[in-house]
Amino acid sequence: MAVVFEKTKALTDVPFHYCPGCTHGIVHRLVAEVLDELGVVGQTVGVASVGCSVFSYNYFNCDMVQAAHGRAPAVATGIKRAVPENVVFTYQGDGDLAAIGMAETVHAATRGENITVIFINNAIYGMTGGQMAPTSLPGQITQTSPYGRDTATAGHPIRVCELLSTLSGTALAQRVTVDSVKNVNIAKKAIKKGFQNQIDKKGYSIIEVVSTCPTNWGLTPEESMKWLRENMLEYYPLGVYKDIDAEGGDK
Amino acid sequence: MSKTLNVLLAGFGGQGILFAGKTIAYSGLMDNKEISWLPSYGPEMRGGTCNCSVVISEESIGSPLVTQPDVLIAMNLPSLDKFVDAVVPGGTILVDSSMISKKVERTDVNVYYIDATKIADERGLKGCAIIILVGKMFKEVGFCTKEALDKGIQKVIPAKKAAMLGLNQEALKIGMES
Amino acid sequence: MAEKVLMKGNEALAEAAIQCGCKHYFGYPITPQTEIAAYMSKRLPKEGGVFLQAESEVAAINMVLGATAAGVRSMTSSSSPGVSLKSEGVSYIAGSDLPALIINVQRGGPGLGGIQPSQSDYWQATKALGHGDFQMFVLAPSTIQEMVDFVPLAFEVGEKYRVPSMILSDGMLGQMMEPVEFPEKKDTAIAEKPWATNGHQNKRPKNIVNSLYIEPEVLENLVKERYERYEKIKAEEQRAEEFMTEDAEIVIVAFGASSRVARSAIKTAREEGIKVGMVRPITLWPFPEKAIEKTIPTAKKYLCVEMNMGQMVDDVRLVVNGRKPVEFFGRTGGVIPTPAEVLDQIRALAGKEM
Repeated sequence: MAVVFEKTKALTDVPFHYCPGCTHGIVHRLVAEVLDELGVVGQTVGVASVGCSVFSYNYFNCDMVQAAHGRAPAVATGIKRAVPENVVFTYQGDGDLAAIGMAETVHAATRGENITVIFINNAIYGMTGGQMAPTSLPGQITQTSPYGRDTATAGHPIRVCELLSTLSGTALAQRVTVDSVKNVNIAKKAIKKGFQNQIDKKGYSIIEVVSTCPTNWGLTPEESMKWLRENMLEYYPLGVYKDIDAEGGDK
Repeated sequence: MSKTLNVLLAGFGGQGILFAGKTIAYSGLMDNKEISWLPSYGPEMRGGTCNCSVVISEESIGSPLVTQPDVLIAMNLPSLDKFVDAVVPGGTILVDSSMISKKVERTDVNVYYIDATKIADERGLKGCAIIILVGKMFKEVGFCTKEALDKGIQKVIPAKKAAMLGLNQEALKIGMES
Repeated sequence: MAEKVLMKGNEALAEAAIQCGCKHYFGYPITPQTEIAAYMSKRLPKEGGVFLQAESEVAAINMVLGATAAGVRSMTSSSSPGVSLKSEGVSYIAGSDLPALIINVQRGGPGLGGIQPSQSDYWQATKALGHGDFQMFVLAPSTIQEMVDFVPLAFEVGEKYRVPSMILSDGMLGQMMEPVEFPEKKDTAIAEKPWATNGHQNKRPKNIVNSLYIEPEVLENLVKERYERYEKIKAEEQRAEEFMTEDAEIVIVAFGASSRVARSAIKTAREEGIKVGMVRPITLWPFPEKAIEKTIPTAKKYLCVEMNMGQMVDDVRLVVNGRKPVEFFGRTGGVIPTPAEVLDQIRALAGKEM
């Protein structure tokens, strides 16, 4: 009988703990498929960060290290420098990458650290129950911005891909989302390019996935996708912000 | 020389205080003595006061910080003022009289005044004034054998600065003859 | 025997690390330990190793975590304020059962403190460098030769028991030079690391380096298992030097730089006929209880000499447990006590007692 569907070998059989409508599951699967297709699962070491995806060390079928909050790029640097033949990726959320770990992120990028970063931007702290993130939108209501994010006191959301695209060490900075089949395919292609860059020793690659958090946004999965399209994508336009392979390199 | 000799060198940063300390330390090492060399460190390295403790001993060295020197080499007035009373009775003070016009009032120590900076400048040995004082210290205190001193000065000058060796050897000689 | 060379403590320690196979160094500049980083930056590229100046102490210790997780010998070095920043990473290293070497070339504190030598991080090193139930293997060198000899020891013990190791030095030992020789035999036994996350190559089950355990009972069991290893370390890895203790009525307890000052004072006091000796802890954790215990029969009084306001004295009192008086003398803030000051203390104790 012809096989029409097969589970990727780069994921374990441990069931995901993610909420319905959360896009972590899709992104995990895309990363796993890419590792499978590139044939690098055996040499890959993933770094799980603190946040909802912390248990990803149970899901990916490669060696995994769980890092302290924000420190995944530093831990990944240590792994990669110790064994350069390893394929090393971090899987980080917005609080981890763009708040507590911003220094580690910027410096890993500017060093051109040969790692691949999967960045889940859902504009909120998920694991701790829905607090304001560095990427929460102006006016967005969260547990710690109950009257809506006031940019006069809480500042403005950070556009990570735009920021990192200014650094010479960044090989790829691309923002994608996974709200449709078309966008899922684009996301997978971007993730694959991010890993291929590492194998080709091109430097730091970051794929920002604009994501949902139905539970903490207080929306159904379907409403979440709608909110993402109507609010998130306006502030965080999809696209390639830097690609050293492309002519000119920048968007 | 008794079992342990405590030496304190003090002056401005840039006068070669640490280098002179190393010369003394390496010379002691060439005689197979126990040695310690402890610099002052931090902001004072850059143009401020600088001092260096060197201990040469027959036995293992306790505190490397020289608080009661047997020998003081003073390269500026603040250093002389600061440490003159710490020198043990019967100890030795070597003063660069180009830099310090004041005389030591204590009578229970041996004091030698050498116009070291002036002599060094006149003889084309700029920066080697303190090594002239080390030469004088060798003559008066005999902290190591002559052979060890010859080897010590060679050890302390790295190969890429070999040109400095001759100048320092000459400075030592001037000190020993003054 | 190799030729003796004069080397600064910081540089000698760095060279010793390279010679025992530590080729991955991550650090950040701070006085008075910067020579370690500078030396590594000069030597490691030529040894096929990695020197990386991190963006922060926090990043540096996490790079060490990554490198050591990947199976190589890795280290970082700093001085007191910087070590505080590393505390998060050290706790994760301990919680992940990883060996790694952390060097603290202590300076005065708290806060930015000063830059002169101090021993005021004893509590931090032995009690709580970071959150959670854990210990580090802590060595306190007192000579430049020990700065060299303790590096392979710190790695070997750390790898054997899978615990982080610290060499607790200070600005005096870091900056001073003494003659030192490096062991001829340079290859020390590097333990097998079947737990390393360096890619399973599809040949073994995946490895996970992790310190997160949501179930309290699971975490409790893991911590208990770790404490069984700590008990083994306590039983087997205590080290101390006993100096003139056979008949000592006054027993000084001092480590590192202050032990050198105490040694000078003891020699003079012995010439004066005072029966004084010293237990010099080499391992600060495990604390050398056995060596202290041995001195109880002759001791009438104990005197702790430290470059702090009295930290190790707590551990001495725990061992002595009220059987004899335990006194303390210390200078702090970067002040090195003089042998004369310590001698005065010894004379006073002898006068009071004998």
